[in-house]
Amino acid sequence: MTSSSGLHVKTVILIVIMVSVAPLGDIFLGKGMKQIGAMPGWAPSELFDFFFRAFTSGTIWLGISLLLAFFVAYLTVLSWADYSYVLPASSISTLVVALLARFVLHETVRPLRWAGVAMICLGVAVVGNTHPRTTEH
Amino acid sequence: MLTQAILYFLIIIPGTCGEMCMSHTMKAVGEVTDFRPHAIAGAIGRAMRDPWFWLGLTMMAAGFFALLGMLSVAKVSFVFPATALSYAVGTLGGKLFLSERVTLQRWLGVLLVCLGVILVALGKG
Repeated sequence: MTSSSGLHVKTVILIVIMVSVAPLGDIFLGKGMKQIGAMPGWAPSELFDFFFRAFTSGTIWLGISLLLAFFVAYLTVLSWADYSYVLPASSISTLVVALLARFVLHETVRPLRWAGVAMICLGVAVVGNTHPRTTEH
Repeated sequence: MLTQAILYFLIIIPGTCGEMCMSHTMKAVGEVTDFRPHAIAGAIGRAMRDPWFWLGLTMMAAGFFALLGMLSVAKVSFVFPATALSYAVGTLGGKLFLSERVTLQRWLGVLLVCLGVILVALGKG
């Protein structure tokens, strides 16, 4: 039997891991796909060529590796926590993406976007204050 | 535009349904209490014996391929916020298909997250 506070602590630890590696993976995927160029069309040969180029890119594989780490943490936390808890709680990764864009990629982040990030953090805090598990196992 | 709409649909619907299948599988596997690598690998190994895992993985793979396609034609700072609709779809799915008790407080949090993501998308430079 896991105590309520213990459940909260291990849920938060796993979500922190998820929101640390997933945004990095997303950034690498985005960078890699921009290097490959726009998807040409829906013809099978075009799709095959497009995804072949994607899966022979080191940047894409770096992104995939980080997302695999995310996936393991994600499956683990889903073994006890509600899907409807984990999904919004992990959306704090939007803040991590904004911070990475601002301080690593030196992108300009407009005030409206920071307001959105603040609202997401508030939403995460509201969801985080609910119990992670509402079903019996 | 049509290409982006199709890719967006594929990211949201199969992607979210796949994640719900994964949640279903992991609840059947049981709570992970041992965090040593071999124990986590064992739990994932047990999950892989469940057909729901493979159904979920297939749908998540479809969503992932659509995401790669979308990232080739749109900015990262737009794509990820725009997929926030999955929070609402996923919460609804959790309630309808996974029998999760979504309280008013949790719905309020999801609403704030969705509104925040819309602001992020509007603040695109």
